Amino acid sequence: MSNKKSASSGRTLLDTARNHAVPIMFIIICAIFIPMAGFSPSYLLNEIITRMGRNLFLVLCLLFPIMAGMGLNFAMTLGAMGAEIAVILVADWQIWGIPGVVLAMILSIPFSAFLGFICGTLQNMAKGREMITSYIMNYFIGGWYQFVVLYVMGSVVPIIHASIMLPRGYGIRNTVSLLHMRQCLDDLLAVRIGGVKIPVLTFILVGLLCLFIVWFRRTKLGQDMRAVGQDMQVAKDAGINVDRTRVISVVMSTVFAGFGMVIYLQNMGNLPTYTGHAQIGMFCIAALLIGGASVERASIGNAFLGVVLFHLMFIVAPNAGAFITGDTMVGEYFRVFLSYGVITVALIMYEAKKRMNKSRAGRELAEAQTRMREEAGR
Amino acid sequence: MLEAIVLPPVLKKMGYPRLIISGFLLILFIMTPFVGISLPMQITNIINRFSWNAVLVLAMVPMIHSGCGLNFGIPLGILAGLLGGTISIQLGFERFGGPVSFLMAVLIATPFAVLFGGGYGTLLNRIKGGEMMIATYVGFSTISFMCMMWLILPYSSPTMVYGLSGNGLRPTISLDGFYNQVLASFLEIDFAKIARALNISLGALEDIKIPTGSLLLFALLAFLMWAFLHTKTGTAMTAVGSNPNFARAAGINVDRIRTLSVIMSTWLGAVGILIYQQGFGFLQLYNAPNNMTMPTVAAILIGGALVNKASIANVIIGTILFQGMVTMTPTIMNAVIHTDMSEVIRIIVSQGMILYALTRKTEGSK
Repeated sequence: MSNKKSASSGRTLLDTARNHAVPIMFIIICAIFIPMAGFSPSYLLNEIITRMGRNLFLVLCLLFPIMAGMGLNFAMTLGAMGAEIAVILVADWQIWGIPGVVLAMILSIPFSAFLGFICGTLQNMAKGREMITSYIMNYFIGGWYQFVVLYVMGSVVPIIHASIMLPRGYGIRNTVSLLHMRQCLDDLLAVRIGGVKIPVLTFILVGLLCLFIVWFRRTKLGQDMRAVGQDMQVAKDAGINVDRTRVISVVMSTVFAGFGMVIYLQNMGNLPTYTGHAQIGMFCIAALLIGGASVERASIGNAFLGVVLFHLMFIVAPNAGAFITGDTMVGEYFRVFLSYGVITVALIMYEAKKRMNKSRAGRELAEAQTRMREEAGR
Repeated sequence: MLEAIVLPPVLKKMGYPRLIISGFLLILFIMTPFVGISLPMQITNIINRFSWNAVLVLAMVPMIHSGCGLNFGIPLGILAGLLGGTISIQLGFERFGGPVSFLMAVLIATPFAVLFGGGYGTLLNRIKGGEMMIATYVGFSTISFMCMMWLILPYSSPTMVYGLSGNGLRPTISLDGFYNQVLASFLEIDFAKIARALNISLGALEDIKIPTGSLLLFALLAFLMWAFLHTKTGTAMTAVGSNPNFARAAGINVDRIRTLSVIMSTWLGAVGILIYQQGFGFLQLYNAPNNMTMPTVAAILIGGALVNKASIANVIIGTILFQGMVTMTPTIMNAVIHTDMSEVIRIIVSQGMILYALTRKTEGSK
């Protein structure tokens, strides 16, 4: 018995090491790259804090679908698109500053909730293929987004200010300037410590979302979601409306992604109309996974650690690449490779584990059956 | 859900999306003469683009047959093809003429395709059920890995590397003087030339130009694929795709068959991109392979393939419909409403098609 116990504790140690393999690897990469890149510590700290404020909210909204067992929500970009439409409208109405940000957030809710609802419904139609469906969904809705912004806005939806419109009279310019909205959230309660600006208000918002997630996990709906994530059949037998719960988790994810996108955009200070959302999904998912999350389990801590490590790597990689090979482009491609690579590895580990568990369950069932047969024979 | 609405059996068999797309294409064809665009010209364009893309679409078939789902990992094959193409240029095979250079590109690409496909197939065997998502990201990560390689690998041919620094490949390499149009010009049927030779005028028909060589090569590969699917191994592949448990019970080595299908897919992808390039005239590196995946997947689905079922007919119909849409919409749209909405339509149709296929209830690939 004790022998068995020590073996299992050895296995848990191995499991822990395996579970934290990705963050450990990235800590090593960053440790090697930082001296090569030759940035000053205060510059790095400043950049990291800015990027944390910019991205944390977006990364956190990935937690809801993971809770419901739907995997990585590649369709979080739908919320980003909803927010972009809201921001374009707000920019056109010339409502700037904090009121503009708040209005954009409120305005984004119907768009992102609607898109999230469609996505969740389709994902329910493709159970077992949720991730690829959400991934394709993000391109599909991307097409519709382009259609709306490029052709409908200005011709059907009135756009007042020519400054954000294409010269031909309809459609939105490639970049919408949000100069008057730029960092208004970040600056409102900003604290400077030794040249490092800390956007307190943004962090408070992130903190509120974290509190909400912690609270939400304990509510009835949160419990239902986790039950659905554990086993859909059991949850159904327990009287939970599985499909509805899953749709709600996606809708929550996209709505919060919309808020996150508004925070992101006010920090950036301009809106790249047609490319703004494209990279968001990949970067956020890569960041979450680098923080040690897996497809079926992710925590707030993963999100924080992930954003720090991912962006540290992202800042130093081009210079480090230039240091090693003499070519900045190699570093650029290297960081893209790392972010894709980490998603690939996480997906492979998830699927391999799922299969392993399945075969283990099958073996256990077979063993139990033979045992029962033997007992019956006796 | 939509299928609940009553349709005549023939149309029902086609399914709504294909019906809509065929109808759309038909309307475009009817509109062509009225907006002052030469119909023969459009047909030539479609045939041309068909000849570029058909083999890439054909590459989807083996993996769908063996139950590996839609091959979102086609970039692996494309990269093998690009390696073949660039190495063939680097080694200077154009000295012996364009066809030799093309043949060498195919030959050099083959070991890479087998290697990539073998590794990729082994990986896919360990993650049955999650192929499509992982294939997508395997594609992405290898593309970004190769992006670094294009810069680092010791290529030196002056036509390919950056002029100033002398190292690192250019993003777009012209194939003029290499294997540009080697297949297309083989036995080419050019109505303008025929008219000139016979000293008659064929009017608008003179716009027609048929790249016979490319079409013949596609026909050959498609025939081989069809024949293969009727051999013992091919039947086993179909069995693995439709019911892996049954196949295993029948004594088929499921993993081996699946790996074989992935290698075939990857090799066809490699040959497909070389054929595409010889028609297009340029070799596109870096992130370009990314843009090939979705159109290819969408094409075979538009042709009526399912996530776990595909035939040669699906390939041909799908490529014609998809490429027809891609070539016709910009010209017609431009002529009618003076804006180019084709890009948006292309995205919505192709992604919508993939979504439709994914959300349909199908057995297998679960």
